[in-house]
Amino acid sequence: MREGTPTTAVQGPPHPAGGGHGQLDLMGALFVFMLATFIGIMVIQRVSRLLHTPLMSLTNAISAIAVVGAIIVSAGKEAPTFITVLGLVAIVCSTTNIVSGFFITDRMLKMFKKRDVNGGASR
Amino acid sequence: MSAETLVQLLYLVSTALFILSLRWMSDPETARKGVFSGVAAMLLAVAGTLAGVAATGGTHYWWILGAFVLGSAIGYPLALVPLTAVPQRTALSHAFGGLAAGLVGTAKYFLYYGQRNAEALAPFIVVALVAEILLGFLTFTGSLLAAGKLQEVAWIPQRPVTYPFQNLVNLLLFAVALGLGVALVLNPLAAWGPLAFGLIVLLSLAFGVLLIIPIGGADMPTVISILNSYAGLSAVAMGFVLNNKLLITAGALDGSSGLILSIIMCKAMNRSFTNVLFGAFGQAQQKAEGGEEKVYKADTTESAAQIMEQASLVVIVPGYGMAVAQAQHKVRELYDLLKKRGITVKFAIHPVAGRMPGHMNVLLAEAEIPYDDLVEMDEINGDMPQADVALIIGANDVVNPAARTDKTSPIYGMPIIDADKARTVYAIKRSKNPGFAGIDNELYFLDKTFMLFGDAKAVVGDLARKLAGEGGH
Repeated sequence: MREGTPTTAVQGPPHPAGGGHGQLDLMGALFVFMLATFIGIMVIQRVSRLLHTPLMSLTNAISAIAVVGAIIVSAGKEAPTFITVLGLVAIVCSTTNIVSGFFITDRMLKMFKKRDVNGGASR
Repeated sequence: MSAETLVQLLYLVSTALFILSLRWMSDPETARKGVFSGVAAMLLAVAGTLAGVAATGGTHYWWILGAFVLGSAIGYPLALVPLTAVPQRTALSHAFGGLAAGLVGTAKYFLYYGQRNAEALAPFIVVALVAEILLGFLTFTGSLLAAGKLQEVAWIPQRPVTYPFQNLVNLLLFAVALGLGVALVLNPLAAWGPLAFGLIVLLSLAFGVLLIIPIGGADMPTVISILNSYAGLSAVAMGFVLNNKLLITAGALDGSSGLILSIIMCKAMNRSFTNVLFGAFGQAQQKAEGGEEKVYKADTTESAAQIMEQASLVVIVPGYGMAVAQAQHKVRELYDLLKKRGITVKFAIHPVAGRMPGHMNVLLAEAEIPYDDLVEMDEINGDMPQADVALIIGANDVVNPAARTDKTSPIYGMPIIDADKARTVYAIKRSKNPGFAGIDNELYFLDKTFMLFGDAKAVVGDLARKLAGEGGH
């Protein structure tokens, strides 16, 4: 496909929030993916087992980063209406996850308490 | 500074904050900081995206705002569900995440297709697009079904659904989807492109359902973790499509989190990924049961209370039954009463107890039981021989000694909490039926074991009342 018109960037319409200068930096993206996966694995391995449920709701909220793609799709000027609609529905879904994910994580974390100094038995 | 640079800088800070957010989850002391950092990262990401869109002339801002408002309106009540419903809420939000990724992928394909944009549909991008919609839509229906099973929706079968050649059918469907994907990569602008794309979407939706129907409740912790991972990976694929490094990073963090949790869950059940996904647990066991009728020794809460009063170490092993009965607050009462008598009380937490990773910890934390007393399986097992009483509340497979001794048992090799090594065992059980997996539990027939039949909440409440009534201080 690349031998097409060399004047256009590999990535068709410019993505305002996309990377670089519209140029698809495949290798760079793969490096980022590889490094982020390693960081993720190392960081997550240290997460206390006590907190695995809140961890999952937190990463739920984080994976709602898809909202970025949804906004880009929805805001496209030349897109047919049905594409805008798909984007907007995706924004609704992601926002749902962002709001519920962060709120419930915090709600759960507030409950984790150490034993208080006077023995913990008293309320 | 160009708008583009500003956007990338915002994304850079956002990425760092996401990593810190997970880093701070390592300790309950700093974990809430992690949430704030995650929120900040998300706000920066959204702000950066909007700034970038504005700089290149975007539109539909009111609609986008409306979508934010609607999403928040749906999301907030979902954050207020009772904690026993957290597994289904989590599954539901995996479904939303998968749907969002799938929809964005679909929109992108049709946008580029409509523009006849061969450059934007370069082979690599189409690979990413296909991966995005495959993972996205599969996660969508799979998670919806998992949520339905967890919520015990009436028309969704709880028991694993199996049929002949199930795995073969799944593999064939997958192969068809893959073949269509390859065809699309080679000819993204072909006249049949949208049709092939639509078929892949349908197959992915079907695939999600087919993957989850053979999975039983006991495997839910693993399945939820795997779906978590898929939701993250679909965001990664979206990142490749949009050439957006923030999406790739955040998606990869989520993906690796799901991966690690699934590995922990699999290890805790001594099973492999493939075995969980294609094994249809809970089917073969019933046949393995022998004909002879074994007899339970039932006991009263009164004498259980008396035995516990004499103990110096009581280990409580909670399971899904505690969650179902919402017994955690009564458990806290019992905990307080025992503590008041100077008895040491510990909770033994098996990694797969409940329906999602960490499920028991959250419920017990809700009941304000200090987390210092929630002990992981590996740590508590050394202390089990010193325990005077092991009190089992709605747990079954995770304390079944067959896992250590019986090579024919389906759970053989699974690490368990050694409740059978305690001096006396009390087991609270809803009914005389075998547990979820349908496996008989030898523990219940040991000489030292006494059964307390009934709803966990009622029985624990009763125990607490007996303990409070007798003597006290």
